[in-house]
Amino acid sequence: MFKKKTVTSLFALMAGVLVATGCSGASDSNGDGEQAAGGGSAETATVDFMHLWPQGSSAEHHRIVSEIIEDFEAENENVSVNMQVLSNEQYKDQITILSASNELPDVGMTWAAGYLDPFVEGNKFAPLDDMLDDGLRDEFVAGTLEAYEKDGSSYGLPLELNTVYVYYNKAIFNEYGLEAPTTYDELEQVIATLNENNVNPIALGNRDRWTGSMWYMYFADRIGGSDVLTEAINRSGSFENPALVEAAAKVQEMVESDSFTSGFNGLADEEAKSMFMNDQAAMYMIATWDLPNYTTNENVPQEFRDNVGYFKFPTVDGNGDTNSFVGGPGVGLFVAENSDVKEEAKQFAAYFVEQWGERAVQQAGVIPATIVDGESLDLPDMYVEVLQDLNDATNLTLYADVQMTASVAQTHLDLIQSLFGLQITPEEFAEEHEKALSGE
Amino acid sequence: MNKVMSNKWFISLYILPALLLVSVLIFIPLILTGYYGLMKWDGIGAMQFIGLENYINVLQDNRFWESAGHSFLLAIFSTLSLVIYLAVSMILASKIKGADILRKIYLIPMLLSSVAIAQLWIKIYNPSNGMLNSVLGWFGVQNPPLWLADPNIVLYSIFIPILWQYAGFYILIYYAALKGIPESIIEAAKIDGATPLQIAYRIKLPLIMGVVKVTVVLAIVGSLKYFDLIYVMTGGGPNGASEVMASYMYKLAFGNYNFGYGSAVGFMLLLITLIVTVIVRKLTANKDEIQY
Repeated sequence: MFKKKTVTSLFALMAGVLVATGCSGASDSNGDGEQAAGGGSAETATVDFMHLWPQGSSAEHHRIVSEIIEDFEAENENVSVNMQVLSNEQYKDQITILSASNELPDVGMTWAAGYLDPFVEGNKFAPLDDMLDDGLRDEFVAGTLEAYEKDGSSYGLPLELNTVYVYYNKAIFNEYGLEAPTTYDELEQVIATLNENNVNPIALGNRDRWTGSMWYMYFADRIGGSDVLTEAINRSGSFENPALVEAAAKVQEMVESDSFTSGFNGLADEEAKSMFMNDQAAMYMIATWDLPNYTTNENVPQEFRDNVGYFKFPTVDGNGDTNSFVGGPGVGLFVAENSDVKEEAKQFAAYFVEQWGERAVQQAGVIPATIVDGESLDLPDMYVEVLQDLNDATNLTLYADVQMTASVAQTHLDLIQSLFGLQITPEEFAEEHEKALSGE
Repeated sequence: MNKVMSNKWFISLYILPALLLVSVLIFIPLILTGYYGLMKWDGIGAMQFIGLENYINVLQDNRFWESAGHSFLLAIFSTLSLVIYLAVSMILASKIKGADILRKIYLIPMLLSSVAIAQLWIKIYNPSNGMLNSVLGWFGVQNPPLWLADPNIVLYSIFIPILWQYAGFYILIYYAALKGIPESIIEAAKIDGATPLQIAYRIKLPLIMGVVKVTVVLAIVGSLKYFDLIYVMTGGGPNGASEVMASYMYKLAFGNYNFGYGSAVGFMLLLITLIVTVIVRKLTANKDEIQY
């Protein structure tokens, strides 16, 4: 008797669960239906917007986004924006899954170049040329929008722009009477002096591999000029170009003269950064997304922030232009191709980009991809200088791993690790790249 | 009770929910993975059927066989370390002072999440300010190893925390099995004049042989599909020196956007694990189980 009762209640429970899940499924599809109908009749359209700046880890970014959304809703009473926030890695996974099941948010964030390929080929992102041709195009810093172009159409509106610098600890430099180098010879001198005094010259976390790639890219740029690497990647040139081999040799030369922290191939970028920020290394190469750490971030001791300076990557053997930068846009906005409220979504994306520029640099320390007049704003000196550098920039070479397709990028990054680990010769390094690129 | 259990309807009713769950959560994804392996697919756009091409490529992929080699090496190390775990549990089970506290200490790594363990050992291995090299420095070692950065030793550097992580788990299993041996058998052996070593080897070990075999299978299967510490600590680097089958699969699917090929690697991983399991079971099959 007792057993029977258990069995019945078990079934009742199971039935309950089934009903519950069934119900939630049903209400979901109802919700979608309503939304679609709303978009059609243009009364109140809801734009779903997904971004990757959670309140916890990117408080300033998060606040600015929320403000922009509020202002947008106030100006456009028939449109409401429904925001969803995920952290970086979660966001990447989620967007892939949503895309495969055709449920992308109406507006969301994407990365440039190679990352875009599968989304564009799968017709997931809408081309944005019509809205750019309304005058929006002129607001972007030259070279940023191009990173989001595929087959002559733009698929993303860049929000950030990052250039790579070598940051250095002024206190350590002063202690040993050193100055920021402008040539590779001077850099070698600085490194030699630091090594003699048992100071780690350069913090490098090459487990992440793109960190080492930036050093290689700068050598390639200085030795072979601004186009040599890009041409090798887009196949109008060759990776076996002597300048690119020479750049690889220079990297190994630096490794052999103990320029980088020991065991860099096993260190993460975060660990290298913390070495630099704890005065355990004199120099550190990173993009401008780290500027807040050296200027406005209240969690970093004021003393350290006052001590940080930066220099542009030096010329090598008299070659190269120090105003040619490695860098690129960070995230940008996309509009989903199969959005039910595409017009409103585009309207929101355009508004967002326009508003983002000034607010981002002033409040969050982000260097935006839109043109901002730094002089008229009250900014830390380092920002003003960086904005000025951008105005003077002659070239911006997009990160090599971003330029390449996903699988070649993996090969490139692995080869970078081997190159830094002295496991392959510069010639083999070039040869392997050539093989991977021509095998595409 | 017996009446209910002999009723076929009731048997099916009891089994059905579990069977449904297992099919939906395990078998269907399994079959789908095999099916995706037949596709050229970036995980986002349309799938394109290419037959067995991915599987043929996997068989010719050096990178895959290298990572499979690393997985097998881990399996061998895990199996060998079982001997140490067994010895430790024998000592713990033999009424020594403080055995209770020691048992708890051994269990602690099990309570930590893999990511926490990885972070801890990354700090220990840090070549410039890590604990390990600092200690080596006190002993006058001039050029301590670079642990996670040196492609020749990175694999072994990672094995140590992995074996450390699972020590408590196996020790607990052995300890429980050893505690299950009736005291009277040991007493009898002692009266017959058996030394502690003889008791351990001739009496205790055969009596818990069934459990030992289970742990061997667990250790081997667990090693072949091992992923988390390696992913967090080195990401398979430097240049693939610590890549295992599962991390390679993840890299292909989520790093290269090659879900088709990644699925094929995943399916191969399953096949290899399955074959090895069957072989191990066959090798350790016992004709006459000891009863007591």
